[in-house]
Formats: sequence, structure tokens, C-alpha cells
Amino acid sequence: MIEVKDLHKAFGAVKAVDGVSFEARDGEITGLLGPNGAGKTTTLRMLYTLMKPDRGQVLVDGIDAAQDALAVRRLLGVLPDARGLYKRLTARENIDYFARLHGLPEDLITSRREALVKALEMEDFAARRTEGFSQGQRVKTAIARALIHDPRNVILDEPTNGLDVMATRALRQFMQHLKQEGRCVLFSSHIMQEVAALCDRIVVIANGRVVADESPAALRDQTGEANLEDAFVKIIGSEEGLAA
Amino acid sequence: MNMKTMEPIGRPRAFLTVFLKEVKENLRDRRTIISAFVTGPLLGPLMLVMLLNITLNRQFDKAEKPLPVPVIGAEQAPNLMRALKAEGIVPKPPIANPEAAVRKQDADVVLRISPDYASAWRKGEAVQVEMIFDSSQRDADAAVDRVSQIVETFAREQGAMRLVARGLSPSTAWPVVAAKRDQATAQARAALMFSILPYFFVLTVFMGGMYLAIDLTAGERERQSLEPLFSNPVPRWKILAGKLAAICTFATASLLISLLAFGVVGPFIPTEKLGMELDLGPRFAGQVLVLMVPLIALLAALQSMVAAFAKSYREAQTYLSLLLFVPALPSILLSTMPIKSQDWMYAVPLLGQHLGIMQLLRGDGVTLQQAGLCLAGSLAAALVGVLATARLYQSERLAISG
Repeated sequence: MIEVKDLHKAFGAVKAVDGVSFEARDGEITGLLGPNGAGKTTTLRMLYTLMKPDRGQVLVDGIDAAQDALAVRRLLGVLPDARGLYKRLTARENIDYFARLHGLPEDLITSRREALVKALEMEDFAARRTEGFSQGQRVKTAIARALIHDPRNVILDEPTNGLDVMATRALRQFMQHLKQEGRCVLFSSHIMQEVAALCDRIVVIANGRVVADESPAALRDQTGEANLEDAFVKIIGSEEGLAA
Repeated sequence: MNMKTMEPIGRPRAFLTVFLKEVKENLRDRRTIISAFVTGPLLGPLMLVMLLNITLNRQFDKAEKPLPVPVIGAEQAPNLMRALKAEGIVPKPPIANPEAAVRKQDADVVLRISPDYASAWRKGEAVQVEMIFDSSQRDADAAVDRVSQIVETFAREQGAMRLVARGLSPSTAWPVVAAKRDQATAQARAALMFSILPYFFVLTVFMGGMYLAIDLTAGERERQSLEPLFSNPVPRWKILAGKLAAICTFATASLLISLLAFGVVGPFIPTEKLGMELDLGPRFAGQVLVLMVPLIALLAALQSMVAAFAKSYREAQTYLSLLLFVPALPSILLSTMPIKSQDWMYAVPLLGQHLGIMQLLRGDGVTLQQAGLCLAGSLAAALVGVLATARLYQSERLAISG
């Protein structure tokens, strides 16, 4: 469960995030939808304590991120916008590194890692060094290392960015799987269809503000548009930055 | 996967985890390995041995070997020719254009005996012997010195004989005799030639940790792995500490290899030809290591800090190569300006190490006070450097790749 209350963050004169509040519940997929530059990544960065908000509060399972950042990080599995791997380490070694940073015991690391390798269908490349990995292999490795500590809350920043159709499909199924396990899944996207297909709740962000926070059906009702994409355009007030 | 809530597990291993991962990863990087374990530590000893061997052997070869010297007008001065031959000079037939010949390095020196030598000699008058050489040809120095010494000695002997023949004491003509008493010990003389050595050690430490330091910030940022790394429940200072420890380990390994290499090549440096002593053995190595330890930490922090300002790997590399000139400064300054060393200088990082290592090379040893100052000064600087880097590492901007 992630609660965000009135977050503000400015870079110089630019208000990147200007009063964002929403909730992401356990056993649900919450989509953070908005055009490029709307403030999605900055919002998520404050959630996983990479940045400190100028104002506002982040609660993860009731723990205040400002009070205990390390505890919050323990409760989160994060696939950040930057998802670089260590190219001279194998996929398995990349995963193990993060597992050890989480302080997991070695036997648990092995069983968890192999479970993830299987669930993400990484068997073919898990033993290879990550240099030269395809985009899909990279994202899978990055997701595996983000989930190695079995976090209740999962944050994914534009997870399908740069993936081909098959990889995107597999990733969506994996997110459904995470939801079925009862986790709180929060992901950002600028792709309408993706959000519509996956989400239980949609939080629409534009210019650093939440402009809608509804279920997909409610969003259609609210705008009076039968098509979600038209609804989206109506809500954010422009077609700028909207990708198909 | 199950969903039972995980209790946070204590993580005393964070530092060790980062350290081991950095070491493992960098041991797989050929560029790092070559820089840290081959070029960095071995370049110095190799260059030193080669340079010294070439220069020393040349000097000595010339001093001992028969030296061919073209002589113009040899038939005028058979007595001088005998003196020259007795000292290993081989008179050669005259050449047409001696000035051009020395400039073209066909001959190191050419002797020209004036045509009226024989008649002037008989009358007891002064005669002229010209030595034609080009002092811009370093090679010629030894030959010129040798020939001119022989000629002067010959002149003095003949002068003395003439005075004796006239019933005068030779001391009439030389009322003052300058006697040279060189106080330089054999080691001190060697040390002068080895004043570049401390720089080699600093260079080695620098090269050993360089690629790791770049990787620490600029590299992580460029490959976009810093943000995921910071999303782990580990305080940033622990990550930094692990990485600094890895840099220091590589730098120390470089220094050890370098010291070992100097120990191995030491006997091949022909110092005995100059009557010098140079002890690069285990005792010397151990003392250098002690002096250098705080400098290793200081350089690791400085390198990481400089690299953190760079936006990319390449940019960091450029900054660091500029930083590489800084440790050269004391060595260059001290070798060009003969400053008398004061105790306070030992407290200045880099300068202190330079002075200390020079003292060790001279065979004078370092006093406890000097060593203490050197260690304290460098340690304090290292501490400041590490804290400054840690501060920089806390900054929000550091982690953001885009």
C-alpha cells in the first residue's frame, strides 16, 4: 500500500511535481498515466526515496519515507527509469548483488533467484554476462533484481519502454501475476492502451498535477467519452506528448 | 513466491558486498587490469633501468674504450701523440672539414695542432692545440673531457719539467692548488639520479585506482546503474566506503607490484659503476609503503570526487589525466629548484612522500618526527577528501542519469 499526500518538487523555477496525491492499494495495479514530462518519473523517484520532496508525504505500508527511508526501500521493489546493469557480471550475479545488499541469506538468494529466473523465462541467458543483452533481456534482469527481496510493493517506471510486442505481452502477464499474489503494483506509462488493459485504477498526471484518479470505467463516464484515449485527451487538455 | 512479510535482516555485509562486487567486476576488465597491474607499476622500473643503463654505459664505455680522435698535424707533435696514445686515445688521420664532421657526429672531437708547433716547442714558447667539438651533442661530453684532461696534464708535466730544467720549483707556477673533497655519499649521488622515483610510485597508485574511480560515479551514471543501486536499503556512505576500499585495494596492489619490480630490477641498475649504492630491497619497500598508505586513500577520494563532476566516462578520463599532473609538481619543483627541506614540508601531502622517499634512497633514513608529520598530514588530507566525497555522494543530483 502506497499513499502519496500532496507531493511538491521544484527544480529551480520549474515545478516538476505540484501537489500530487493518490493511493495505490494492495492487490491492485495502479497506473500513473501522463504525457512525457508530466512529472511521473519525479513522483516515483520521491516514492523510492531517491529524491526528497519539497513538501508532502509518502507512506509505504504506513511508514513515512521521510522518517525511515531505508525501511521504505526494504518494502519496495523498484524498476527505475534508469535500469543499467553491470555488464561484466552475469544476469545471475547482477541479481545476487542486489540480493546481498538487501541482506538476504545465501540459501534464500539462490532459491528466490531461480524462482524469478523461471517466472521471467530467463533460463537461456541468466548465466551470460549482460553486455550485449537485448532490451527485453535487460528489463527482465532488472525486474528480477528489483523483486529478489520479495517486496510487497512494486514500482515500475515505464516498464515496457523499448520492448517488442512479445516482451511487452510477457511483462504484462507478469504484472498480473504480481497483482494476483496480492502485491501493490504501481507503474507509470504514457501509453493509453497499456494502462487501459492492465489497471484497476488510473491516476492521470499532467503538468505536475493529478487531473484524474479513477477506474478506467469511471474515467470514461466522467468525460462522457466511450473511448479511453479520447477521455485521456480531454482530461489533460491537449494531445501534446501523447503516444499511441 | 510467498507473500509473508519479510522482517528486515541486519546488513553488516553491505560494505563487504559492494567491495567484493567491485573487485570481482574490475578483475574482469582488461583495461583496468593492464593499467593497475602492468603499465602503471612496471613502466617506472623499466624506464628507469633502461634510461640509466643507456646513459651510464655510454659514459663508461667512452671512458674505458680506446677513443679514436682525428688529429690534424700529428707529425708536428710526436711527444703529445705519445701522451695521448698512452691514455688510450687512437690518433686517426686528419679529416678535411673537422667543423662539419663534429656537427654531423662523424667524430666526437677533432684535434688540430698548429703548423708551427714543432718550431715553437723547440724555442720553449706556448703552442696551441685546438679541440673542435659540438657541445650540443651530449654524447661528445665524455670524449671532450677526456682529451682535454690528457692535453692539460701533458702541458702541466712539460711545464714542470721546463721549470725544473731552469732550476725552479714547479710550485712557483702553481701557487694555489684546488683540492676537491666531495662529501656526497655514494647513495646521495645515486639519489640525485633517482629523484624521479617518488613520482613513479605516486603515478602507480594513481593509475591503479583510476579506472575504478571513474567507474564509481561517472561510469555508474553513464550505464544508468546508480539509481537502481541507490534504491537498495543501504546508506549511501556504505556504498561509497565499499567502493573507496576497492579503489584503495587496486592502488595498493599496483604499488606493491611496482615496489617488487624495483626490488627485482634494482641489481640490474649499474650503480656500482658509479661507485654508488642503491638499496631497493624489502626494507626500503616496507618504508615506502608506510609513507604511501595515507596517500592512497587521499588519491582514491580525490579521483572519485573529480570523476563525480564528470557527466560521462570519457569526460572523467580527461579530468583525471589532468589531475595526474598534480602529483608530478613536487617532484618537478624539487628537481629544478634545490630547496632545502624543512620539517614542515613533510606534513604536506605528496611533498612529504617525495622528501621521505628521497631520504630513504639517500640511505639517510627518515626520522620518526618526519615520518609522523608525513603520515599525519596526508591522513588529515585523506580524511577531508573522503568526507568531501561522501558529501558529494549524498547529493540528489548525483544519482540522476538523465
